[in-house]
Amino acid sequence: MIYVNGEPREASSGLTVADVLAQMDLPDPQQRGIAVALDDEVVPRGEWASTTVPDEARVEVVHAVQGG
Amino acid sequence: MSALVIAGREFRSRLLLGTGGFTRLETLGEAIAASETEMVTVALRRIDPAMQGSLVSVLEEHRVDVLPNTAGCFTARDAVRTAKLAREAFETDWVKLEVIGDERTLLPDSVELLVAAEELVDAGFHVLPYTTDDPILARRLEDVGCAAVMPLGSPIGSGQGIANPANITLIVEQAGVPVILDAGVGTASDATIAMELGCDAVLCATAISRAADPVAMAHAVRHAISAGVLARGAGRIPRRTYAQASTPLEGMAEFSG
Repeated sequence: MIYVNGEPREASSGLTVADVLAQMDLPDPQQRGIAVALDDEVVPRGEWASTTVPDEARVEVVHAVQGG
Repeated sequence: MSALVIAGREFRSRLLLGTGGFTRLETLGEAIAASETEMVTVALRRIDPAMQGSLVSVLEEHRVDVLPNTAGCFTARDAVRTAKLAREAFETDWVKLEVIGDERTLLPDSVELLVAAEELVDAGFHVLPYTTDDPILARRLEDVGCAAVMPLGSPIGSGQGIANPANITLIVEQAGVPVILDAGVGTASDATIAMELGCDAVLCATAISRAADPVAMAHAVRHAISAGVLARGAGRIPRRTYAQASTPLEGMAEFSG
């Protein structure tokens, strides 16, 4: 079980950050303007495919919204 | 007035635009064009699949730089984490640092702000801190390496204008980095006053985004800032208690009876 943006998700072992993003209904297929944190640490875009998400991990996927 | 330079980048426009408050992305785009801004703020939030439209597309179309903010953060820790996410998302080292102390007033938490500013500067960010109109705090933010200081005129979205012009003057006098008035602008004249007080730029969100006609207000604020810059350069007259006649007393015609 992992938590993606606060929501619990079933997760198989070996699941990567890239896999998590693929399962989300992202508005932008190019995935611009997105950032990911895994247990409070930023995961750089270049490491999405190689970073596995351990059990009980919290993943935050954020993007730009109007503000400020 | 020489070009505005913040963290080594030159700006022709002295208006930074906040994207918050526009009800339609199309209006935001038109306001960006009308304002002639070169940098807009954005916030960072969890992806919501229900959201329509692409803010990023609008910003890319208008070729404006993105200044991510840490809006919603109440602790230095959260602000630092948000800034690092933003750096990754937008590939920029620039951040508008907001650390808020109170939900009703949205006033900065000075203590947390200074801690976050120092940590982010050390991590290589160009930090533009949203701060109070306290000249001492402004100096300390500059001392820890902030690229600018952004004192509020009055609370965010309050439209009260510049509540304490004397303090803004003090901040301007001592600052070695650009001073950007940020928060509280209600209408164009507030932006003029900010520039007349010696601010280097104005960051305006609600005054434009929630105006009845945001595009018209974007035009107005742009011109208001130009007027303020010109007036500042022209050297205003002092305020006097008593009149100083503008018409000479000599040579008046005399009338009998």
